[in-house]
Amino acid sequence: MSRRQTTIAALIGLTLLLSMVSMAAGRVWAPFSAWTDHSDPRWAIIFELRLPRTILAIGVGAALGMSGAAMQGYTRNPLADPGALGVSSMAALGAVLTLYLGAGAAEPWVIAGAAMIGALIAVMLLLALSGQASSIVTFILAGVILQTMAGAGVALALSLAPNPWAVNEIINWLMGSLADRSLGEVQMALPLIAAGCVMLMFIGRGLDALTLGETGARSLGVNMTATRWTLAIGVALTAGASVAVTGVIGFVGLIVPHLLRPLVGARPGGLLIPSAIGGAVLVLAADIAVRLTPAAGEVKLGVAMAVLGGPFFFALLLSLRRRIA
Amino acid sequence: MSTLSAHDIQVRLGGKPVVAGVAATFQSGTVTAILGPNGAGKSTLLACLAGLRKPGAGHVRLDAVDVLSMHARARARRIGFIPQTPEVAWAVEARILVGLGRTPFIGSSGLSLEDGAAIDRAMEAAGVTELADRDVTTLSGGERGRVLIARALAGDPEWLLADEPLTGLDPGHQLDAGDLFRAMAHEQGRGVIVTLHDLSLAARIADRIIVMAAGKVLADGPPAEALSPEVMALAYGVRARVIEGAGGPLIEIVGRGG
Repeated sequence: MSRRQTTIAALIGLTLLLSMVSMAAGRVWAPFSAWTDHSDPRWAIIFELRLPRTILAIGVGAALGMSGAAMQGYTRNPLADPGALGVSSMAALGAVLTLYLGAGAAEPWVIAGAAMIGALIAVMLLLALSGQASSIVTFILAGVILQTMAGAGVALALSLAPNPWAVNEIINWLMGSLADRSLGEVQMALPLIAAGCVMLMFIGRGLDALTLGETGARSLGVNMTATRWTLAIGVALTAGASVAVTGVIGFVGLIVPHLLRPLVGARPGGLLIPSAIGGAVLVLAADIAVRLTPAAGEVKLGVAMAVLGGPFFFALLLSLRRRIA
Repeated sequence: MSTLSAHDIQVRLGGKPVVAGVAATFQSGTVTAILGPNGAGKSTLLACLAGLRKPGAGHVRLDAVDVLSMHARARARRIGFIPQTPEVAWAVEARILVGLGRTPFIGSSGLSLEDGAAIDRAMEAAGVTELADRDVTTLSGGERGRVLIARALAGDPEWLLADEPLTGLDPGHQLDAGDLFRAMAHEQGRGVIVTLHDLSLAARIADRIIVMAAGKVLADGPPAEALSPEVMALAYGVRARVIEGAGGPLIEIVGRGG
């Protein structure tokens, strides 16, 4: 087995292991004996609360990991990530606007659709703002602008919200969490995430060829227009659907490809699947950690990832400063 | 036998004509060097010939078919292109970079044995077999240049269009690459078009030389004809003389001024 295959196998094993832990761990520890005994009160906790939570952790982790790897491949920029560059924030703005307009009673489909449209607009703006010669600096500036715009939009919606409950609901949701999600949300998000992942895998060869730059890729017969649109829609589906059900969970797409590159190689197309599995591992592990952290309430997953990811982002930027200067 | 022909190509960039009406027909089996001062329009013309840039007016035909109307993958199989100052974005191994040359051939199942053989042949021909496992971002400029030549060869193209492929190579490897281009043209019947800055090197490796200045063709012919002192004075604004060297004509730049 090659190093890449070994890594993928290890990551799959880790996903399975963490899934078991995720089903068992929490304020109430569920031993395996409770898994088969319907009369045990913990059975409901496992299958009605922790199963959807575990499935969503895998789905959302895969979505964020793969979309980060794809965006990095397309932009040839190791700092690209839907969270760091404002795509998730724009998705959140889309969702918040529907929550606000519908005062929380909006259909889940409407929220998801609005989140995906927000993400799509963000990716298109990002690609337009950063231009063809996407230097790392212009790209990050474009991301900062998007973050700021989305933040301002959310702040506006909050300040104009008709009642405090709506504000509370929006703020809670914005922080990003997998807690108390139902199988209904799983059923809505997973097909969209799967469709997005398939689209992103479709452009793997194009991303590989982009290692040689845009002219190089075009000379190899890669259709850049089709690649750009497939990327934009793929990221909109994966990041948009994720944000719609879990709120903003940042930095997964930034951290995972970076950690996997030394293990599976830097070829962008070859990084897509490992990053998806790696993303699932990271989100599962982080979600288990926030559940087990002793605190008055549960620490929000999005907040925990930001606390972890912020310094990581900074360290990555430091290691790249020579390339940027 | 294949023909690549440019018909009255015109390109304007920012309102300024960069290529101002170039017509030329290229036959496979020959090495053509395009020379000219900075800003003469060499790279722009080459990108038009490769079907990577749509000229403002005129068209490029490959065996009577407009290159812009060809399917991108089909075009990529026939015309290999090496951009000037080629970018390598990721720290991949040299063999993986060369493998990207197989992109127009790869199906959904990934690299086949045939692809692998083509990659090995290309690396052998460009003399980079021993660099196969090296991270390309740690290679010297010249080594990377040779890996990128191998990348273009891996696609086994009928035409190789290369924008300053010899810049940054040491004299020995410049000669090797020049011999490789000649062998590709004369023994394998491919068409090779390269832009160059080194006049003596061009005279040595090219069968035909096109000298461009201000977007127009100033001279077009065999090296001895195209690289005359008069052309050099017009194109570069230098006094030059041609000396008969042991390995071919040498162009000595005597000084500034026509």
